[in-house]
Amino acid sequence: MEEGRVRVGIESHLGDNVLTTTLNTMVNWARKSSLWPMPFGLACCALEMMAAIAPRYDLARFGAEVFRFSPRQSDLMIVAGTLTYKMASVARKIYDQMPEPKWVIAMGACAISGGVYNTYSVVQGIDQIMPVDVYLPGCPPRPEALIHAIMEIQKKIEKGSLKYG
Amino acid sequence: MDNESIITLIKNKFPDVIISSQIFRNELTISIKKEYVTEIARFLKEDKDLNFNFLSDLCGVDRIETDGVFEVVYHLYSFKKNHRLRLKTPVPSDEPSISSIVGVWKTADWHERETYDMFGIKFEGHPDLRKILTPDDFEGHPLRKDYPVDGRQPQELFHVYREVRE
Repeated sequence: MEEGRVRVGIESHLGDNVLTTTLNTMVNWARKSSLWPMPFGLACCALEMMAAIAPRYDLARFGAEVFRFSPRQSDLMIVAGTLTYKMASVARKIYDQMPEPKWVIAMGACAISGGVYNTYSVVQGIDQIMPVDVYLPGCPPRPEALIHAIMEIQKKIEKGSLKYG
Repeated sequence: MDNESIITLIKNKFPDVIISSQIFRNELTISIKKEYVTEIARFLKEDKDLNFNFLSDLCGVDRIETDGVFEVVYHLYSFKKNHRLRLKTPVPSDEPSISSIVGVWKTADWHERETYDMFGIKFEGHPDLRKILTPDDFEGHPLRKDYPVDGRQPQELFHVYREVRE
């Protein structure tokens, strides 16, 4: 690099150096630093999810603010709220449409277990229809809790391997 | 128009139809025989002094344990006169049916479909009496007291379950 050039951002820390790492670490770092959530808001939990991306809690600090209502561009599904049997096949279809790798947060008591709704119409936990990575309890959980859940997902991604099977 | 005048007006027009009437906290409730529901509904809507031009709700109640009947409840409101009325009709619990009032208030269409879905009360003369809330292959009427609270019918999701189990 030329002498006297102003270095900003990460350059100011690293200087003119070559960094070595593994592909695994590099890819996992990229994945965890730019999670694109697919919001699946079903009830009041969705409001807390919205609050989490708004300026006060600012999910952008963790690289996960790009809520796209399209499963094709997402890698983290946040199921926030009460899942009914009528909605269950829709939820599963959206999960199926997301490209690999993908992760799922079950947000709130209803998504975890049906919550107080031990009734004829409510699925008793979304893990009956899709694999869940992080269970986030609360009724509803506060935005900080959702951020914590996303950080747990990030920890899980860090440990991941690129090998299949 | 105040509640007492509404009762008098209806009683004068239909002397034998009213089962009971009561006023609780300034809310008027009138019980009527189910055979006359369409006739009364039309009168309530078209009478110049009553002018109930808005059906704000229609629902069912399961009173089989206490009275041996279902009840269909109509909540009426008049925008012009700013008064309200609650109309109740007992419906026998075996083969429950009552005539539809879609011809009077069009909004009753989906309300009656919901009441049919939840309680199994048939609305005769309804243009399209299909289930509206429960899944297509759902059996029974979940808001009846004899339907178990946790009576889940997840058979339609069998293919979804199977994919996860594999």
